[in-house]
Amino acid sequence: MMPVQDFVRKDFSGDKIFQDKIDNEVKIEPRDWMPDAYRKTNIRQISQHAHSEIVGMLPEGNWISRAPSLKRKAILLAKVQDEAGHGLYLYSACETLGITREETINDLHSGKAKYSSIFNYPSLTWADMGAIGWLVDGAAILNQVMLTRTSYGPYARAMVRICKEESFHQRQGFEILLVLSKGSDEQKAMCQDAINRWWWPSLMMFGPHDSESTNSEQSMKWKIKRKSNDELRQNFVDMCAEQVKVLGMKLPDEKLKWNEKRQHYDFGEINWDEFWNVVKGNGPCNKQRLDARRKAWEEGEWVREAAAAFAEKRRLKQEAA
Amino acid sequence: MNIQIRKYYYGDIPEDKTGGNIASSDAKSDWALWEVFIRSKQGLDHKHVGSLHAADAQMAIENARDVYTRRMEGVSIWVVESKYIHASNPEEAGEMFEPAVDKIYRHPTFYDLPDEVNQM
Ligand SMILES: [Fe+2]
Ligand SMILES: [Fe+2]
Repeated sequence: MMPVQDFVRKDFSGDKIFQDKIDNEVKIEPRDWMPDAYRKTNIRQISQHAHSEIVGMLPEGNWISRAPSLKRKAILLAKVQDEAGHGLYLYSACETLGITREETINDLHSGKAKYSSIFNYPSLTWADMGAIGWLVDGAAILNQVMLTRTSYGPYARAMVRICKEESFHQRQGFEILLVLSKGSDEQKAMCQDAINRWWWPSLMMFGPHDSESTNSEQSMKWKIKRKSNDELRQNFVDMCAEQVKVLGMKLPDEKLKWNEKRQHYDFGEINWDEFWNVVKGNGPCNKQRLDARRKAWEEGEWVREAAAAFAEKRRLKQEAA
Repeated sequence: MNIQIRKYYYGDIPEDKTGGNIASSDAKSDWALWEVFIRSKQGLDHKHVGSLHAADAQMAIENARDVYTRRMEGVSIWVVESKYIHASNPEEAGEMFEPAVDKIYRHPTFYDLPDEVNQM
């Protein structure tokens, strides 16, 4: 739906009425009054999420032409197409907050808007398609399941749609690894190598520690998010530490150990220097990813022009008839 | 054991090529926004599922097919340009909808009947 900002209520009780709605689990819809900061936080978060879906197509798109069989190729293609769809659901949700699609995309291309840092790592072997599905989509799912209950209606609805499609992504990834884990020595080594390279960046996907996370507290109060970064990360570790056993592989963390008292796995510390370095643009593929997006936008220019011209022609024809 | 894994660095590591310029922001080039409604199966209503951009109605329907029905979610699609949708004002929701609140006699549960008249 289109955003409408002309119903802005000026009275100072607005914030309190708004917070009451949130506390009572009433969803906020596009035309409802909302604090400016709530609007901005949602625009930032939803657009970053959308960009992540779109940029996230690149590391996997890299392997479509080199998939080992027709079946794997069809699956990978379908998965990457889903991610394009996810990007579109989210861009639409973002637009309801009063920012145009073009502004949003320009912010990505200019480097102003961020996307998930995980996609700044290269996908070097076929096993990476497995590790990405299992770990990267797996981490994303935990976050997205939480977001199906986020307070902004259009964002929550987009998440419901996305979550329905995600579980296939994780399962196909795990299955790729499962097949490799039962293969030749070289295939087993590939499997372990991919897990080694994707494990720590996947843990970083949940963001900084709660104590370091600047926006977290307000986002929790507004119920944009409902679980903290560390809480979600712990859930993820607990899940993967069990699943990796099925593969007969190891997670690359010497400190990973079941803690009977906490009823959770303990795990090692993330390399936060690496995390911030990649966020700041110095990851292995930051530049290449943005270049690829800009190039796609530029090379699509003639398609956009042709489609507009064709639509115009069709309109004139209909008028004449 | 000496196992070698072949890693394909081409096509997926940074190259020293500068990217293109940032496309200029020209509001006109943004296609119109369309709302999409899908009938999930014969006999059910069309239901709002989301929105998308398209140059015209036919393109909107084609895009809606690709974006919203990849898993057989639909048998029919409606698209409406968003600007043609008129909505009630949320600020007036009270005046608009509260008159129905105190008319509970419009609900079957308002009527207390003996157990013998079941199935009514
Ligand atoms: Fe996705
Ligand atoms: Fe996914």
